[in-house]
Parts: sequence; structure tokens; C-alpha cells
Amino acid sequence: MKPFAYHQPEQIPDAAKLLTSIEDSKLVAGGMTLIPTLKQRLASPVALVDLSKLGSLKGITDDGPSITVGAMTQHAVVAASKLVQTKIPALAALASMIGDPAVRSRGTIGGSVANNDPAADYPAGVLGLGATIVTSTREIAADKFFLGLFETALEAGEIITAIRFPVPLKAGYAKFKAPASRYALVGVFVAKFADGVRVAVTGAGPGVFRVPPMEAVLSENFDPSAIAAIRIDTDGLTSDIHAEADYRAHLVTVMAKRAVDAALS
Amino acid sequence: MGNVIGIGAAPKRKEDQRFLTGRGNYVSDIKRPGMTAGVFVRSPHGHAVLRGIDKSAALASPGVIAVLTGDDVKADGLGSLPCGWGISDAKGVPMKEPPFPMLAQGKVRFVGDMVAFVIAETPEQANAGAELLKVDYEVLPSVVGVLEAVRPDAPQLFDDVPNNICCDWELGDKAAVETAFRKAAHVAKLSLVNNRLIGNPMEPRAAIAEYEPGTDRFTLWTTSQFPHVVRFLMGALVLNIPQHKLRVVAPDVGGGFGVKQFHYGEEAVITWAAKRVKRPVKWVASRSEGYVSDRHGRDHVTEAELALDENGKFLAFRVNTLANMGGYLSTFGPNIPTNLYGPLLGGVYTTPAIYCNVKVVFTNTVPVDAYRGAGRPEATFVLERIVDVAASEMGIDRVEIRRRNMIPKEAYPYQTPVLVQYDSGDPMGCLDGALVAADVKNFGVRKAASASKGKFRGLGYSTYVEACGLAPSRFAGRLGARGGLYESATVRVHPTGQVTVMIGTHNHGQGHETTFAQIVSDKLGVAFENVDIVFGDTDRVQFGMGTYGSRSLVVGGAALSKATDKVIAKGKKIASHLLEAAEVDIQFESGKFSVAGTDRMKTFEEIAGAAYVPHNYPLEVLEPGLEEQAYYDPVNFTYPGGCHIAEVEVDPETGTVTLVNYTAVDDVGTVINPMIVEGQLHGGIVQGVGQALFENAVYDEGSGQLLSGSLMDYCMPRADHLPMMKVATHSTLCTHTPMGVKGCGEVGTIGSPAAVINAVVDALSHLGVTHVDMPATPNRIWRLLQNASLPVAAE
Ligand SMILES: Cc1cc2nc3c(=O)[nH]c(=O)nc-3n(C[C@H](O)[C@H](O)[C@H](O)COP(=O)(O)OP(=O)(O)OC[C@H]3O[C@@H](n4cnc5c(N)ncnc54)[C@H](O)[C@@H]3O)c2cc1C
Repeated sequence: MKPFAYHQPEQIPDAAKLLTSIEDSKLVAGGMTLIPTLKQRLASPVALVDLSKLGSLKGITDDGPSITVGAMTQHAVVAASKLVQTKIPALAALASMIGDPAVRSRGTIGGSVANNDPAADYPAGVLGLGATIVTSTREIAADKFFLGLFETALEAGEIITAIRFPVPLKAGYAKFKAPASRYALVGVFVAKFADGVRVAVTGAGPGVFRVPPMEAVLSENFDPSAIAAIRIDTDGLTSDIHAEADYRAHLVTVMAKRAVDAALS
Repeated sequence: MGNVIGIGAAPKRKEDQRFLTGRGNYVSDIKRPGMTAGVFVRSPHGHAVLRGIDKSAALASPGVIAVLTGDDVKADGLGSLPCGWGISDAKGVPMKEPPFPMLAQGKVRFVGDMVAFVIAETPEQANAGAELLKVDYEVLPSVVGVLEAVRPDAPQLFDDVPNNICCDWELGDKAAVETAFRKAAHVAKLSLVNNRLIGNPMEPRAAIAEYEPGTDRFTLWTTSQFPHVVRFLMGALVLNIPQHKLRVVAPDVGGGFGVKQFHYGEEAVITWAAKRVKRPVKWVASRSEGYVSDRHGRDHVTEAELALDENGKFLAFRVNTLANMGGYLSTFGPNIPTNLYGPLLGGVYTTPAIYCNVKVVFTNTVPVDAYRGAGRPEATFVLERIVDVAASEMGIDRVEIRRRNMIPKEAYPYQTPVLVQYDSGDPMGCLDGALVAADVKNFGVRKAASASKGKFRGLGYSTYVEACGLAPSRFAGRLGARGGLYESATVRVHPTGQVTVMIGTHNHGQGHETTFAQIVSDKLGVAFENVDIVFGDTDRVQFGMGTYGSRSLVVGGAALSKATDKVIAKGKKIASHLLEAAEVDIQFESGKFSVAGTDRMKTFEEIAGAAYVPHNYPLEVLEPGLEEQAYYDPVNFTYPGGCHIAEVEVDPETGTVTLVNYTAVDDVGTVINPMIVEGQLHGGIVQGVGQALFENAVYDEGSGQLLSGSLMDYCMPRADHLPMMKVATHSTLCTHTPMGVKGCGEVGTIGSPAAVINAVVDALSHLGVTHVDMPATPNRIWRLLQNASLPVAAE
């Protein structure tokens, strides 16, 4: 790890100002992703701006038709939240499947969504539920936010403050864990709303994506059997030492069925 | 005063008090005055010519004290890292043994090969300096797989090692095997891969070295399983440091599994550097560094054939293996796939003729050496897999074919056709015990229940034997060992009757401080808490070969037992004087020396006191003091073994294999501490299950990059991968070790991979699957099912 300056601002504007005024500075939330890259000297920011003193970024609120999760809310808090468990149990379940207890106690939803790891779980939940990413400057729809491999619509100096999730009629998440990392080899989030079904896939490709053919069929018939025969194209899917693209494509169908099953149970 | 806790009791482990309260003393905990930090610059290429190294920018970097390279090693005339075994081919031609310089010279031969050592005031400064080192590489194509490496057009690692073959080794009677195959009613054939593994001990390797000009002495603290051997190999053969001027300390070590039983170049470089920079030097490996520098294990490609008569009796067994050595010969490297492999191919069966050929091959990968089980899991896997293949092809039940070929209990001692003679054993007893413990009777019911959920359930057996307690020196010498393999122990009785034991084995998780204390407590009748075990320091412990090959209790414990007997013998002499009785009339029991048939006695403490305050003492005929030493060289290997039964459930939709039940009934001889034995079996089984289902070191052919170079890509077994295991012992006593012990450190790892894979194949056999290579990952199983004879519905 190379030396760096460390700031702990107490107001969002101060944090944003630090971020824009210090070149090569970086936000740190739970540090579960960032700190390892510093230790391996893959990143060497001159300054870290720690979000942990920004109290307004923590906690979960009930907005009626939606719930809002503060960016600094840890995975373990979401997993254990009675509110989330009642209104969007699939989201609580998703949070409970991330990493291990240590990672869940430190890692945050804001950090996960900002990082947009192609195998992370939250992006599937955020895109699958059609959530809104609330930042220090604006609101961004999930469909416009995730731009592929570690890329998001966030601009320099922009801080995620919360994620607002619309409450679905039903939702389910099924994750096939990569054997070693336990990130999603393939994870599928399915959510049923009054105006249709959304299906979002993580792990299978370079970024989270939706599966319109499954959405169309499930909107008509919300049952696992409805999508059993739908195979997604292997083009653009990831092949690595753990799984080739055709296996990932197969798992998308299997996990989508299991997610619908979970939503129905 | 505390109690005697003897052989067979299960006290909690003494050492856990310090481990669990954070008071362990590991190499990375040690700080020396004026300590500097060192970082190794390692090759990013699998194979390259080292054209030149420009040190200037690194040397100019803040805090950098020195930069050392292979040229400096050469200029100082230092030796090559030695190989502890020299094997030969069938004609007696010795193996090719190219030099293994401690810092690369001329060429790099694997990703991670050490190119330079940068020493600075702090680790950060050393890292920064290392990043500035300019190394000019001419990259060459790499070859990483054994099949590829022996092709005529393969990249050649060494100019004088044609086809990258280090040794073309063989064992057994080839002609007898050929004759038997001609007469066979059936021949079963199997091609398989034994996957490459990375040990991953919890504590990464680390070392500190210090040179004291006042005494001209070096001290090396290192994460080692055998400090005395490091002192010998490094001092005598690499750095030319006289043995009395070199102290090697291996303090608490956080797991080894073989990874830490080699002499590593890092140790030599750091010790050499400490004198050059005149300050202590410390290096602690990162986990990622361990992946490309800790010696790897296994990595075989094998073709096996088993000849049977019409009743399923084994007539002959033929095995051809290509074994990966990596880029250089590590300390035990060539011994593992040969001497620790071929002699195990007899298993628990009466196969009369066996032939084994092993081509030991260099590749552009991390050197391969012993990893828990070392050679014996590979042998067991080949044999126990092909027995299942033969059974299924001949339509004989898998248990039945084993019974028909097993060595009966009465036939021990049993001479195999592959060098070794088993002294004792009861494989049938272990099998019978395991069948009951695993509730095999009701397997059909469980299989049907799985089927009703759309899952395939399978059962797999492994009835195996291993050779451990390494090793009878004379026998090992004939096989190519370049050192002795005995062990030594000193029992020091203090004037107050407490005992300190100095022993040459090394405790890094095995519970020696407990087990050995139980032996002494049992034999001398002193309280368990009054016995301390000292190990891991060449200045404190007389000598030793360290811990590996399930040898600590078998060989070290035997030395301890003998030294303890000598203490008792001397105590009797002292007692005979004090009690004014003939020596033959003195009895020793429960810590008391007494005159037979009388109530006259002296306690152990009184005798110890008399030995150190020799006022009333036969000084004319007996030295004062009460301290005895013994060296023990075993007369044979020991042969633990047993029966493992694995039960798995396969989800055909995803290919996931779940281990649902695991039963092991093992013969480990006398059990000193059943809790520790159970723990060793659990740990060993988990490592074998890891090989069977999860672990795989994958290299990229051509570039030589390690693709599974971190815990993100190399899958270690975790608690939730495993069921509660049923573990039991069914022991016969070893006939030649003092306490009847056989060793238990490796049995779990040796027996389990075959049991698990046999279960997976059984689960899928209705689809025409006859073999599954390790690890049986979901991806691999799914792909197999895609190609299997029956279509698998996704529903
Ligand atoms: C062992 C391990 C296992 C894991 N397993 C999983 C898993 O199974 N599934 C999974 O989804 N994830 C997994 N993770 C990742 C984990 O969820 C991380 O916590 C998460 O990806 C990042 O969150 P963080 O709070 O730690 O962010 P940090 O590491 O602090 O930051 C990550 C990045 O996001 C930026 N950032 C942080 N907060 C904000 C914000 N509010 N606004 C803008 N940018 C921000 C940072 O600048 C940085 O670039 C695992 C991590 C580890 C170490």
C-alpha cells in the first residue's frame, strides 16, 4: 500500500468538494473492494474520502410504494431489516447471499452499486427492481446507470446517497455461486409489477443485463415452466476457467426459473 | 499438582491456549533491532531469457539499501538449491539435475521465479524500489502441461535435458506383468488426470535473518517444518556456513501441509543478504506471492490397466504416469511421484504383478513437491478408480470385487511385488466397519428419495493403505535419499521432577505439545502439565528431520519413548542405591520406584532430586543428572489404511455435486489422543475432498500464467461444503514401532479423493458416465451430462 491522505467529512457537499478538488482522490465506503486494490498496489489514490461520518447516508426508510436504502447501509443491515424482509424479501435474501459475514458487516450498497462488479449481486436487484440511484446531484434510473464492466453513469465527484426501490408484487433472486469467490457465477433477479415483469442477470456477462424474452413471457404467465425453454444467446457472455459461455447461458435459464420459484414461495 | 494424563486420553490441546488467545509467536511477529525489509522481484513470464537487470533506478529509490541479483550470487560463489533425493532410471542412469540458483541466472523458468531481492528500510520502500527495477526479458514460449512438455517440438527448459524429461523411472517386473496381461480374461483401462494443487497454509511463508559479527553467527527464523534440515541444506550446500555458526528457528508455524518442508531459495537469499547489509532482513510473503512460489502438489497424467481373471481376481496392474516437476527440482520433488507412488500401487490387494513407469517432467510452472499425502493419494486414486471401472465392466459388485482381492488379516506380514512389506493390517475389518457405519444397507432408500427431488445419488468406496512414518534410512538410501530419516529426542528431567522434551519434529498444527506430553506423562507418571515439548530451534534441540510424511509420532514419538525408557533405567540405578536393593528388584510404576515385594519406595521427584544433589549417590559408577537422549531409525514404514465411503448428490440441472455423507474407518495403530486423531482425520479428509471437488491450479499453456492465482479463483473447501463426518478407528497394532503407532496425519487425504469420485461416477453411471476427472466442478459435470448417453431434462 502506498501512503495517502485520509479525510472524513461530515457533510455531503464537503465530501463532494474534496473529491473534485483533490486530483486522484477516491471515496471509500466499506473498503471491502477498494482496500484490497490498495494493498496490491493496483490503485494508489493520493487521498481517500471516507463516507462513514455522513450519517444521512445510513439507514432504510419506508416510503410506502418504495423503500429507500442509504448508500452507506451495510449488506448485513439490509439482510436483517424487518422492513426489507416484509416489503421486498428478495432484496433481503440477496443481501444475505453476499460474501461472508465479515464482508456483509463492512460492505455497503452504495459501494457495491458504484463499483458495478460484473459478478456482484446488488446490480441484479437494482436493475431487476427498476430502482433509482439517488446521488449528490441527481437521480438516475437503473436502466441508465449500469454501463458495463465496472462502468456506471456516475460522474467525477458524484456520490451515491441512496437507492430507492419500488415495492414489487412479487420478486425472487437465485444465485449460482462461483465456486471460489462466491460472487455470482450467474445470478438472476425477477420482479413482478402490476405493469409487467423485469428479469435482470448478473455474473453471466461483462455487466448486468435484462432478458426481454423472459420478461415478455413471464408477464403473461408468471411460472417457471413458462421460461424453461428460453435459452439466451452465448454471444457476449463470459468464458473463464470456472465456466464457459454455454454453461453460463444454461444457468441463466435455470436460475431464472429458480428465482420465479422463490418469488412464488 | 496436576494429574497424569496418559495414552488413550483426550485432553484439550496444550498449545491452543496460546493460539486461541492471540499469543502465538509466528515469524512475522518477530521484530529485530535495526530490521530491514526485503521484497522479491519475481518473473512475470513463464519462460524467458534474462538479458540484463538495471539496478540504478531501484537503488536510487528512497530507503532502498541494496538490490541483489543472480549475478551477485554467482560472484559470491554460492551453491545451487539442493535436491534431497537422487533417483535413477531403469538402467541406473541418474536423473537430470540442472542447477536451481537461489536467484535466477540466465533464464527464468516459471512465473514467480526469483529475479532479484530488494532491501529497504520499510516494506513500502522495498516495494516501491522493486517496482523500479528494470529487468530485460526475452520472452520464450512456455510449456505447462506434461503431455505437451514431452512432445519433440516443445519448448526446452534446459539445454541438457532433452524432451524436458528429468528421469524415466520404473518399478516392478515388466515381463511378468506382460505375461499376466496375455492370460487375462478382462482388462480394465483408465486414463486420468491427478489435478495440480496449491497448499494454502493459513500462514504465508516468512523469514528473518540476522548476522552477529561478534560471534560470526547467523540466525534464520523461518516458517519451516524442518529447521535442522534447512540448517544442513542451506548452511552446508548453499551458503557455506559451518553448522555451528548457523542457528535456524522455526517458531510457531501456521500450517504446513508439506508446503513448508522444503529448503526455499528465499531462506538462503535472506540469510546471505543479512551479512551483506549488516542488518537483520525480514520478508513476509503475501498470499498472492505464495500462489506463485509455494511448491505445488500432484499434477499427473496417467494411463492404467488392470488385468483380471474371469472371477475378478487381479492378475496384474500396469501404470504409466507423466509427473510434473515444474521448473526446477525442489527438495523432495523427484521422490514424490516415484518412490512414494509406485510402491503404493499394490494397495490392500493381492495383485501378484505390478509395473509402473513414471516420466518425471520439467515444465514452466512452480516446482512441484510433497503436499499432504505426497504420491500416495495419487497411487490410491489410480488404483481405487480402476477397481471400480473393472467391477462395473465385469458386472461384479464394487464391494465384492474388493473382498475377492483383499489381503486377509492372517496373511500379514505381507510382501507386495513393489518393494514394501506391510507389517500389519485388517482391510476387511475396516471395510465391514465402514459398511455398517455408513448405513450402506439403506442407501437404496436414500437414492430413491434423491431421485424424487430430481437428484442423482451415488456411493463411493476407497479401501486403501499408505506407507508413512518416513522413513527407514537404509531402505530410503537405496531408493535415492541423500540424508537419514531417523528422529531424535532428549528427555530432560529437572531437579524438581518436571520434564522438558527436546524433539526434532516440528509442531505446526498437529498437537505434538499435547500428544508427546501424554506419552511422557504416561510413561514417567509425571503430571501432564509438568511436561513441556520444545521443538523448532537448532540451538535448543539436538537434531531432527522435522515433520512430514506422518512421521512425528511414528519416528519422533518412538525416539521419545526410547529416551524416556533410558530415564527410567537410570532412575532404577539411582533407586537401587538409595533403597539399598539390587537393581533387578527395582520396579517402576505410576511414578514410583519400589523394591519388589516391599513397601519401600522413592518417588520420581525424589530420584530426580538425588540425581542433581548427589550427596548420597553412586558417583563412582553413575553420572549425576537425569537427562537422556535417543535416536530412532525405523525398521520399516508403517502402513495405516482403512475404508472411506462417500455419498454424494448431484443436481443434474446445474451439475453441482454435494457431499452428503462421509464415513471413514481407519487403522492408525495405537491411538494416543483420540480427539487429535479425529481432528487429523477430519482435516485430511477435507483436503482430499478439496482435491476431488474444488481445487485446481490452472496454468495458461503458452504464456505460463497461473490462472488460478488467488483465493478468488482457487477454490478451497469450506465448512458449508461438508457434512458431519463419521470417523472411527479399527486398529491393528504396528509390529515394529515402540508403541504400536502407525501415524494418522495423511490417511484422510489419501483415502478420500477416490471415495468421492467413485461416488460421483456411481451417481452418474446410469447415464453411461465411467470416469470424472478431478475436481468434479459443476461446470465439468454439466458438460459431461451434455455429452452423456441419455438426455437430461432441464425440468
Ligand atoms: C471476500 C469478499 C467476498 C465478496 N463477495 C461478494 C459477493 O458475493 N457478492 C457481491 O456482490 N459482492 C461481494 N463482495 C464485494 C462487497 O460486496 C463489497 O463490499 C462491495 O462491492 C463494495 O462495497 P464497499 O462498501 O466495501 O465499497 P468500497 O470498497 O469502499 O468502494 C468500492 C468502490 O466504490 C466507490 N464508492 C463507494 N461508495 C460510494 C458512493 N456512495 N458513491 C460513489 N462511489 C462510491 C469507491 O470509491 C470505490 O471505487 C465481496 C468482497 C469480498 C472482499
